[in-house]
Amino acid sequence: MLAVSACGATADKAESGSGNTGDKPVTGLRIMVPNTPGSGYDVTARTVAQVMQDSKVASGAQVYNLPGAGGTVGLQRLVNEKGNGKLAMQMGLGVVGSSYTSKSAATLTDTTPLAKLIEEAGAIVVSKDSPYKTIDDLVTAWKKDPKKVAVGGGSSPGGPDHLLPMQLAEAVGIEPKKVNYISYDGGGELLPAILGDKIAFGASGFGEFLDQIEAGQVRVLAVTSEKPIDAVKDAPTLVDSGIDLVFTNWRGIVAPPGITDEQKKTWVDSLTTMHDSEQWKAELTKRGWTDAFITGDEFGSFLKEQDKSVADLLTELGLA
Amino acid sequence: MDNLNNLMQGFEDVIAPMNLLLALIGVLVGTAVGVLPGIGPAMTVALLLPITYGMEPVQAFIMFAGIFYGGMYGGSTTSILLNTPGESSSVVTAIEGNKMAKSGRAAQALATAAIGSFVAGTIATLLLVLVTPVVVDFAVSLGAPDYFALMLLSFIAVTSVLGASRIRGLISLLLGLTIGLVGIDTVSGQQRLTLGVPQLADGIDVVVVAVGIFAVGEALWVAAHLRRKPVEVIPVGRPWMGKKDWKRSWKPWLRGTAFGFPFGALPAGGAEIPTFLSYATEKRLTKHPEEFGKGAIEGVAGPEAANNASAAGTLVPMLAIGLPTNATAAVMLAAFQSYGIQPGPLLFEREASLVWVLIASLFVGNLMLLLLNLPLAPAWAKLLQIPRPYLYAGILFFASMGAYAVNAQPLDLFLLLLLGLLGFAMRRFGLPVLPLIIGVILGPRAELQGRRSLQLSGGELSGLVGGPVSYAVYTVIVLVLVWPLVRRFVVRPRTSPA
Repeated sequence: MLAVSACGATADKAESGSGNTGDKPVTGLRIMVPNTPGSGYDVTARTVAQVMQDSKVASGAQVYNLPGAGGTVGLQRLVNEKGNGKLAMQMGLGVVGSSYTSKSAATLTDTTPLAKLIEEAGAIVVSKDSPYKTIDDLVTAWKKDPKKVAVGGGSSPGGPDHLLPMQLAEAVGIEPKKVNYISYDGGGELLPAILGDKIAFGASGFGEFLDQIEAGQVRVLAVTSEKPIDAVKDAPTLVDSGIDLVFTNWRGIVAPPGITDEQKKTWVDSLTTMHDSEQWKAELTKRGWTDAFITGDEFGSFLKEQDKSVADLLTELGLA
Repeated sequence: MDNLNNLMQGFEDVIAPMNLLLALIGVLVGTAVGVLPGIGPAMTVALLLPITYGMEPVQAFIMFAGIFYGGMYGGSTTSILLNTPGESSSVVTAIEGNKMAKSGRAAQALATAAIGSFVAGTIATLLLVLVTPVVVDFAVSLGAPDYFALMLLSFIAVTSVLGASRIRGLISLLLGLTIGLVGIDTVSGQQRLTLGVPQLADGIDVVVVAVGIFAVGEALWVAAHLRRKPVEVIPVGRPWMGKKDWKRSWKPWLRGTAFGFPFGALPAGGAEIPTFLSYATEKRLTKHPEEFGKGAIEGVAGPEAANNASAAGTLVPMLAIGLPTNATAAVMLAAFQSYGIQPGPLLFEREASLVWVLIASLFVGNLMLLLLNLPLAPAWAKLLQIPRPYLYAGILFFASMGAYAVNAQPLDLFLLLLLGLLGFAMRRFGLPVLPLIIGVILGPRAELQGRRSLQLSGGELSGLVGGPVSYAVYTVIVLVLVWPLVRRFVVRPRTSPA
């Protein structure tokens, strides 16, 4: 690790001139993925590195995995790498939640926010045989007996699929503590529970269900984005249904604390050039990601706001 | 049959030289990662994904299919030869397989594993072609209570591996259940037994436990006895399976397939449970009960067939409804998506040719693996001629590398050593090690499904029963428990068979 930091310290002098203009590729960048190969964060980070390479923003950016404790093992390492301007970590809403549930000493407010890249709206789905035809039907039944109306999601407590129904409950006036949330191991385990009517409804990213929606096996009662989504045209947003909640699961990139403004600018510029490239646009379409690019301080205040709302909710649930 | 025509078309595409080469690369890589503990097919496919972006989707999937099946073959090799399971699904293979190796029958154990894997893989892939729609409907209808019942049945099956002393077996099982508790509880989000160490929050990986208890424990045990006993080299024996071996293997292969395929297709089934059930069944049905625990070939043939059949079963829900039931399938699903292909109920219609090529390549890969592994069996077996100090030094090296490779955490190496000492102590005090591993694998799953059932029923105990499978399984449990009593009291004691 020492070698890496040292090399970072000597290299940034050389490129403080070139990094800004973007004519010469930045070298030696490393992106840490705080969970396993093949996960959503992993795919995102590897795509970013690939596009950076293809669009000649950075050459040989390296992606490596440091999984553990919902991303907080990686977060701790990042915070320990104070001042390392060559390192960044792929993260998202899930890491915000687990930094509280796993009672991590390192928090995201310690890090240097670089950019939010993409986001995915959530969806409230039921099976085709479900008695609930609209989100109103569901909310009415849910309010009557929160215990009986079990909700399933593809993440453990503190993760995005857990936060979504909890925030929804809060928005419609159900005490989050009363919500009967059943945690499944990813969308793969969640889907049969929905199809087999084991749970009353499912809450997850809408991308998990695209094919099943098209095949008519599941019904989307509402999406959680601000505007309706093209892929699920028939489904109203929560806001349109009179529920004041917008919820997105987002992914972004943060750097260690204590890096210089120069180093931060190099990263933000590289990511911006990467984001403006044709290759990135092609990747967004191919993977069905929604562009949600904001950088630097704007991302910083977004992150702070998310951190606080997640912390409040999890404290109320007794998980933080 | 329409499906069979499609399959023939798929074969025609696979036979192209380039595709055959990719299949060969796939099975070679798969076997290699299967042999190395800790590096599984899931991680390999994930790491290869970026390389395959330049290929046609069909070619990439031919290679992935090879890796997927190859991993299942390779896992058994180290189990048998070195008592170091490469994957959690080959833990059971180590019990009889390693005993066979020690008595000079390593080649036979490897051969029955390879042929059994081939038989199971071929039958299961054929089932994949024929029964996919039916199996999927059934798999989706299962809920937490059904799974809980299956877990209970597995626990009953475990009693058959408790060993001569029940109390020692139960102690070992309890140790395993305790290790399985470590980590963040998925239902409440609370930490259990993590001692404030963040790396423990995800629990202790089964591979680390298995490698520590089996391999490191064994190495320490051998080292402790090396000076007192003269150094002996394990004999290699005959290189091929004899007539008797064939006769004793074919039924376990078929029964193993019957256990493995449905479990693979279940969303929470997995490859481990069918291997336990297969082992327990073979132990009960064998004509040579005295050999069990000392190297019975049935105990290798059955579980190995089961884990390969389960691998094919996994593809059923993945192809039919886009549902990954294990890590490798999940990564393959991500690969589909990176080619802009959405797996799911419409896959067979939209990408028919791709699906059939994939299935055809499974047959081809399976055959390649047999041709590759059978001649290699005697060669692998010669590994055991290495004098013990060197052999066990090598085992320790691979064990440490495997444990580190799982999560790249230095802490796992300390855990490995600790578990190795535990494994040594257990051997010293005559505790069987298998119940411990089973406790680690089954405990958390049984707990999860049990608590999920109770959550779904709002805390009513009746929620533990429900669903067609749960009734059937509870009936089996009652029969298994009651039958010995009935036989003892009702049926007049004649000449008892065993």
